[in-house]
Amino acid sequence: MKPPDEAPPGGDPPGAPPLFLERQSYRRRRLMDAAKLLPILGAALFLIPLFWPTEGDAAVPMSRAIVFVFLVWAGLIGAAALFSLCVRSWGNADRAGKTDAD
Amino acid sequence: MASLNLLLTVCFAYVALLFAVAFAADRVAARGGSAWLRSPLVYTLSLSIYCTAWTFYGAVGYAARSGLEFVTIYLGPTLVMVGWWWGLRKLVRIGRAQRVTSIADLISSRYGKSNMLAIGVTILAVIGVTPYIALQLQSITLSFSIFADADPTSGFREGASVIWVAAGLAVFAILFGTRNLDANERHHGVVTAVALEAIVKLIALLAVGIFVVWGLSGGLASTMARINASQIGTWQVDGGRWATITFLAAAAFVCLPRMFQVMVVENEDERHLQIAAWAFPLYLLLMSLFVVPIAAVGLELMPAGSNPDLFVLTIPLSQGREGLAMLSFLGGFSSATSMVIVAAMALSTMVSNHIVMPIWLSWQGSAAAQSGDVRKIVLSARRVSIGVIMALGVAYYEVSGGGAALAAIGLIAFAGIAQILPALVGGLFWRGATRLGALAGLSLGFAIWLYTLLLPALGSGVLPEAVVEQGLFGWAWLKPYALFGIAGLDPIVHCVVWSMTLNALAFCVVSLATLPNPVERLQGAQYVNVFDHSAGPRGWTGSVAQSEDLMVMSQRILGAQDALTLFAREAELQGGHGYLPEPTPEFLNRLERKLAGSVGAATAHAMVGQIVGGSAVSVQDLMAVADESAQLLEYSNKLEAQSAELSRTARQLREANEKLTQLSVQKDSFLSQVSHELRTPMTSIRAFSEILRDTHDLKKEEMRRYASVIHDEALRLTRLLNDLLDLSVLESGQVSLNMREGRLAEVLDHAVSAALAGSTQRLQVIRRSEGEALQLCSDLDRLAQVFINLIANADKYCDAAAPQLTIAVRSGGGVLTIDFIDNGSGIPAEAQSMVFEKFARVGAEKAGGAGLGLAICREIMERLGGSITYLHGRRGGAFRVTLPVQGAALAAQ
Repeated sequence: MKPPDEAPPGGDPPGAPPLFLERQSYRRRRLMDAAKLLPILGAALFLIPLFWPTEGDAAVPMSRAIVFVFLVWAGLIGAAALFSLCVRSWGNADRAGKTDAD
Repeated sequence: MASLNLLLTVCFAYVALLFAVAFAADRVAARGGSAWLRSPLVYTLSLSIYCTAWTFYGAVGYAARSGLEFVTIYLGPTLVMVGWWWGLRKLVRIGRAQRVTSIADLISSRYGKSNMLAIGVTILAVIGVTPYIALQLQSITLSFSIFADADPTSGFREGASVIWVAAGLAVFAILFGTRNLDANERHHGVVTAVALEAIVKLIALLAVGIFVVWGLSGGLASTMARINASQIGTWQVDGGRWATITFLAAAAFVCLPRMFQVMVVENEDERHLQIAAWAFPLYLLLMSLFVVPIAAVGLELMPAGSNPDLFVLTIPLSQGREGLAMLSFLGGFSSATSMVIVAAMALSTMVSNHIVMPIWLSWQGSAAAQSGDVRKIVLSARRVSIGVIMALGVAYYEVSGGGAALAAIGLIAFAGIAQILPALVGGLFWRGATRLGALAGLSLGFAIWLYTLLLPALGSGVLPEAVVEQGLFGWAWLKPYALFGIAGLDPIVHCVVWSMTLNALAFCVVSLATLPNPVERLQGAQYVNVFDHSAGPRGWTGSVAQSEDLMVMSQRILGAQDALTLFAREAELQGGHGYLPEPTPEFLNRLERKLAGSVGAATAHAMVGQIVGGSAVSVQDLMAVADESAQLLEYSNKLEAQSAELSRTARQLREANEKLTQLSVQKDSFLSQVSHELRTPMTSIRAFSEILRDTHDLKKEEMRRYASVIHDEALRLTRLLNDLLDLSVLESGQVSLNMREGRLAEVLDHAVSAALAGSTQRLQVIRRSEGEALQLCSDLDRLAQVFINLIANADKYCDAAAPQLTIAVRSGGGVLTIDFIDNGSGIPAEAQSMVFEKFARVGAEKAGGAGLGLAICREIMERLGGSITYLHGRRGGAFRVTLPVQGAALAAQ
């Protein structure tokens, strides 16, 4: 994207991506970023149990492990559902496919 | 106790229900379809074929053996689904845009429609999936055997049941999987049946889970306590396996042919993915929610040594809950059947499109596209393929003995299928990925997987014990379980790390080092930037005559009615009438994609290519055309050069012609001049001789005068003829020069005395002896002739009162210059250019010679290598004779 001082007076030329997004598109793009981060976050969270102790009395009981894993899992599902709800709301609107560009 | 007969009855009833549902769904879809058939719910449920009998029964066994590790099988797909915006969205979009029929088709199409790659992926898939099918068959027979054991009256035989089950599944797959050819029309029947089975297996597992937690353990809290108190009561997970299997499950989820079939090929609407992105992970979560409780309770309740893989069945049976056990059996049965049916369908599509069809096409030659019913051939190929794949599954089951070895095969199959991942992901996100790179990565990964995982796992006999112990050829670094000396790793982790790393490495390095062909590059751009491109840039061109052939071919593949409709619609789109559209590139592209839905991209491309044939323009053809036009350009350059040469020759010819014409004119004028010159003296000779003959009384004086006139004229004629002869000899170049040495002064002395002999005027010749004192080597007689001519001319024409001729000799710069300058009025300016021409005379009144003297002088000087010129700007007549030095040995004395 162009630095502001190079932008011609009177706005961007047609065809060039606009410099400032309207608030709505900006939110959308950040939402997409979040959606892309979601699997990474999930993977990181699922790797946490690997740091738990496995020997002796300090070993984590299975019930706690189950609760942790399933809570993270449910959290991921919830976040994905939330995102897909948002996508649905702009799904029929303009440039749903093109918003990937950023 | 439930009798085996009751079980069989329920089983058959269930199968009949599945057939009915599939049949009804196909009917409904054919009539335009109802909305729920195409709902995201059905799509999500169809994805559940990921949960096979291995996960239905095996997950509990897995949990009983390794605790929570089983969950990684579900976590991988969950991460993939949750990250759908990154990967699956693109995959599904490409699958729809390119009408991809299978994972092999996708890979082949991405890498320049390479059939080689398609065959490779197909073989990998068949090798990877066949044991998996055997595993499903095993689970069904195992579950049968549980009931059979409980029913002493039955004559149950495992081997026979496997064959019957396989045959039944094959019939189902053939009936509903190969009914229509165009994979884009989708298999509604199968998908709906699979969705129903997904519900059954979920309900079955949940029911068993609820029974275990609330029926046997008395609630959630006490169940948790029981779990903590069991053998698997603490967190005991191998970190390497945990991460590796999660990754493996994620990779297999995308690459497994059956998953690709339901996720990409059967996808009705891209937006279904939005729902499935969270709904399918939710399904997985529910499927695994009660696995650990069932395992823990089973370990506690069941006698030691009982197979934990079958806890889901045996716990309800041991508690006398036959209805629940029956439901559980149906769940397992559903898991197994849905997986086998879809996997067989997907594999048969790959085998028929990428192995059978290309072989058949090349066997039939170019006539293939037009003769015979391709549609029938493709469908038969698929049906036979399904049969063969099922038979392979059964054979594998029989050979492996159906023991515990099979249970491990699930992860091994995952690891094999995951080898497709680098080529797939690279193809989707990296334009620089090339066909050779994909081929290299795939083959290397496949080889490592075979060597380090599949062959050792098949047990002794396949891979000799010595190889496992000491490595291939006795090389320690080639031990199947400790490549490059890194020992102590879990076999799965070891294989996945090495195969995936080297696979990806080979893929990247070879891709970087090789140049993709044009089709590859275009396909790459289309795949990587699928959201920007919707239409393919590669084009076909054709003529109307080919439309008919295309029509004939399309009818064979799509069916007569569909083909007619398609062509009519295209014709209408083009604004024309009738049934045959112009074979525009756009139409050919659309047709190719439509056909690709039936027979795969590579085959469709080849078939359209066979018909449009010579005028088919693929990018490769365009490149060839470009080469040709380069050759044409070269040829035309040659032509241009030749034509330039020709025009040069023509110009030379024209010039020569002009010269010849001039020469002809000169010759004519020369002849007329010569005859004129001859006639004048002849006239006077005739006249005076007539006087002498006819007049008798002439005085002696008169007679002598007349006779001397006749004599003079005869002399003049002789001189003229001599001169002409001389000139012609000189001009023809036949003169022989008599080169000899002599002194210039002597030549001049001779010339002066000869020229002035008998002269009436007293021409004074002024000479300077210092310049003349040099020796020269030339034809001195000819040179003297020139000098004599010049001196005689001066004597004749110099009109001064006291005529003087100055002869000045100079030498220098390799040239000898002799000037003859008189003090007369010289030659008039207008005549100066003419003096050296033949018969040119200055002042006709003084006509003494024939006017050939100077012409002869010029010819002589040219023969001697010098020149004679008239000097302008002098007061009197001035001639300059130059001679080259090489002919004149300068010897100053």
